[in-house]
Amino acid sequence: MTPAGTVGAAAQVLLVGAGSPLLVGVMRQVRARMEGRAGAGVWQPWRDLRKLLRKEAIAPDGTGPLFRLAPLVLAGTALVVAAVVPIATTASPLDGSADLFAVTALLALGTVALALGGLDTATAFGGMGASREMVVLALVEPTILMSVFALSARVGSTDLGAIVTSTLHRPELVASPASLLAAVALAVVVIAETGRLPVDNPSTHLELTMIHEAMVLEYAGPDLALVEWASAMRLTVLLGLFANLFAPWGIAGASLVMLPVAVVVFTVKVALLGGALAAGEVFMAKLRMFRVPELLAGSFVLAVLAVAASFFLV
Amino acid sequence: MNVTATEVTPAELPGRAAALLDSGHRLALAAAHEDPDGSLRVVYLFTAASPERRAELRVRLDPSDPVVPSLAHLSFPAGRFEREMHDLYGIVPADHPLPHRLVRHHHWPRGWYPMRADAGPPPEFGDPEGPYPFVQVEGPGVYEIPVGPVHAGMIEPGHFRFSVVGESILKLKARLWFVHKGLEKLFEGRLPADALPLAERVSGDTAVGHALAFCLAVEDATGVEVSPGAQRARALLLELERLYNHVTDLGALCNDVGHSILNAQFGRVRERLLRLNAATTGHRLLRGGVVPGGSVLLAVPDPERLKGLADDIGELVGLALGHTVVLDRFTGTAPLSLDAARDLGVLGYVARASGLDVDARRDHPLTDLRPALTVPTRASGDVLARFEIRAEEIAASIALVTDLAYGMSPGLTSYWPPLSAPGERASGVGIVEGWRGTIVHRVELTADGTLARVKIVDPSFFNWPALPVALTGAIVPDFPLVNKSFNLSYAGNDL
Repeated sequence: MTPAGTVGAAAQVLLVGAGSPLLVGVMRQVRARMEGRAGAGVWQPWRDLRKLLRKEAIAPDGTGPLFRLAPLVLAGTALVVAAVVPIATTASPLDGSADLFAVTALLALGTVALALGGLDTATAFGGMGASREMVVLALVEPTILMSVFALSARVGSTDLGAIVTSTLHRPELVASPASLLAAVALAVVVIAETGRLPVDNPSTHLELTMIHEAMVLEYAGPDLALVEWASAMRLTVLLGLFANLFAPWGIAGASLVMLPVAVVVFTVKVALLGGALAAGEVFMAKLRMFRVPELLAGSFVLAVLAVAASFFLV
Repeated sequence: MNVTATEVTPAELPGRAAALLDSGHRLALAAAHEDPDGSLRVVYLFTAASPERRAELRVRLDPSDPVVPSLAHLSFPAGRFEREMHDLYGIVPADHPLPHRLVRHHHWPRGWYPMRADAGPPPEFGDPEGPYPFVQVEGPGVYEIPVGPVHAGMIEPGHFRFSVVGESILKLKARLWFVHKGLEKLFEGRLPADALPLAERVSGDTAVGHALAFCLAVEDATGVEVSPGAQRARALLLELERLYNHVTDLGALCNDVGHSILNAQFGRVRERLLRLNAATTGHRLLRGGVVPGGSVLLAVPDPERLKGLADDIGELVGLALGHTVVLDRFTGTAPLSLDAARDLGVLGYVARASGLDVDARRDHPLTDLRPALTVPTRASGDVLARFEIRAEEIAASIALVTDLAYGMSPGLTSYWPPLSAPGERASGVGIVEGWRGTIVHRVELTADGTLARVKIVDPSFFNWPALPVALTGAIVPDFPLVNKSFNLSYAGNDL
């Protein structure tokens, strides 16, 4: 454990916690401007969170402690993941104990907790949203594991920090077939996992078409604020992980001096990725629900090919 | 035009109705009436096209035992009209296969019939008239999704009960009728000119359609002849209404598949159309353009501007249908078969998308629109067909407006009020192809010229039952898209 690592991990949590609503704001603003609308401004998600936090906490009749607990678990896992993954530093003190599998499991734990919270309401929408989210999760998790596994094979470690460091030392690996295939597969699952088009439409008001939003329909006030905040953090972390797996330049190692630079570089990277994702969404429509598994199965195939390529084509 | 009105006894009714239906008529309207002496009377209006025919059957009922033989086995819409009559007037359809409440709200007290003269003000919620449970679909894995009556969007109340296995819809029951406004009763006792604002507000997006149907009915009853120029101005307003509503729908259909940029673009075109409406009639939703006996135009739309909009819309439609995901979402989604469309008696673009060639602009013309009028039809009956029909009707409407605007001058043309009151009780019918489909109004005037009874039939009344039929076998996440492709009116349905 180095002081730079500890400070870096703390900086990561702060950056993700404070910056993720801004990322959502930037993405909405990009989309609004590209559609010819004025948009609400990048601070709107923070204003929404402030509004929600001032409301009283309320739970529907008949729900148990699970309903109130789920947003806490979701936000907690997102914060832990933010501390672990190589966002600004590869030397996080938790890095050794939390590798690729732990990160994937933590993300899944948050999703499952929220799905249980949705089921706890015993409403049709909670159940419907939970069942759809589980379908997506079941198809997404293996792909995340496989595609990152393709990258870890050449390093000989599932430690995310080690994978990123090795890419820093051998930048030509980014253009290898394994890496490119894994990038495409991971991009698809990041979109699915964060509930963006064409898998889910984050801006719809049509309750029957929702996946993620249907699950959290009964949440209100501070609980909803937690869910929204955690969703924004997951989006940020996944985009950040994606950026650093394939373009790790600028990340700080054990050096304290590099840390501010790394924070700025990371912010730029994630803002660019988020902006590109939002811009791409403008030209996309939502897939028919039954086509979503086809898309995710396709990404899984790419991930498998990436693993095969990492063994045979290096 | 061949117009007949025949008094028949209840016993003769089914035979006469069957003969009319067999000769190509459709039941356009059925309405109960309470005469000043307290007796009850039911009027059935049958209409047919080429040659244009209108036939009324009038049945007088025993007020102490108001029973009429049901026509539900002859015509599906007749069965719905009968349920409506039962709920509003207490007229019992004998041998009705599904004698449940329709208009009646669950909490209306038993035996209270709001359209009867002695109904009085709305009573407190009372002893409801019998349970009306939803049909339960049973089997492994079947569950229910109740949606509404209060929805997330800015729409009127309606309860939808989906019986679902996985994501597939086994059965959908739509239960509407949450906001009975007593609109038809509000017309009673008013002079026609005073009742026009009511007619314009039957359904907010169909101001011209309903106002025009009402005016035509009143003119028919009083024998007022409207000048051909005024009729052409009315036809023009009707097309402007069709234009802005169809453009809104095209945008909304794109939005419902998550392609919001096209919705924004269609919204831009819609706004330009609304401003054109405001310049034409002084109201963005075209209120005030149609008046009894004629029409008022502040300005005549510029064909060049419309041509520019037509090009814009054509390009946007091309972009929507050129998008593979959008096309995939539309194609084959919730098809309504021609047989189902015919049996249910659906109207408007829903009917034409399923291959049913009905259009009151041609079948019951207000003014001769040939040769600019084209009536597109499709055979597939899916969401794509309903999208394409709208796109083609927009092109046809712009051609019509261009044609109608030629040589038209703004100003008021009206022959109202008539020189003399009718002198005796008179009735009249107005038939208009509103943007949703055929609107029919039937009015009865007292001897001094006030309205005794107005019956309004919005095409939504015919089209709502088609929605669950089309949705059988569809998946739950497609429901909002399919619902939007029908875009039925709650307000016009629940008067």
